[in-house]
Amino acid sequence: MFRLTFDPIDAGSIRDALVQAQDGAVVVFEGITRDHARGRKVLCLEYQAYETMALKKLQEIGARARQEYQIREISIVHRLGRLCPTDCSVAIVVAAEHRAAAFDACRFAIDNIKKFVPIWKKEVYEDGETWIDS
Amino acid sequence: MSIRILFFATVADVTGMRQAELDVPAGSDVASIYDRLARDFPRLIAMRSSVLCAVNSEFARSDAPVRDGDEVAFFPPVSGG
Repeated sequence: MFRLTFDPIDAGSIRDALVQAQDGAVVVFEGITRDHARGRKVLCLEYQAYETMALKKLQEIGARARQEYQIREISIVHRLGRLCPTDCSVAIVVAAEHRAAAFDACRFAIDNIKKFVPIWKKEVYEDGETWIDS
Repeated sequence: MSIRILFFATVADVTGMRQAELDVPAGSDVASIYDRLARDFPRLIAMRSSVLCAVNSEFARSDAPVRDGDEVAFFPPVSGG
């Protein structure tokens, strides 16, 4: 399941929907909002996406993860809009027969999200804001 | 021919809009469309080397052809996750 949402992400419910009796491992990764960056206090983050392309890229990353790692299934949900510190910005859940493939596929997914999925974050400070282009 | 242009993040801040419809000559490519936009928004010139492009939701190089009805997006390097 691949989704963009403006609502809070509940990683536990994504995990519960994904796991099946044949799985021996499930890895749940959550990217969360930090309250600081580059020495400045961050009040919140605002995520913007090119939504049709971002969803397509999430699906492609999921398909590649299934091809290249011995996993059964993967779900990725990315949050958009305004997030406060500790809010989940992205959740990746990978179910597999064994743990190594689940860890590896999860790492593959987050690394590729950060490189290829057209989503941008703006850091909002007490005295201004700036788009982050990594 | 008529194309739809989308702007995101810093590029949208520079143009002051998220989308536009543009008439461009047949045979245009990504680079020529960017040049056309930079005439109206000169700050795009300095950003050129870092701005990425997608045509119909797929990453495209500057020499990629653009056809009537295409959706062309310009945006900075991504920073999601």
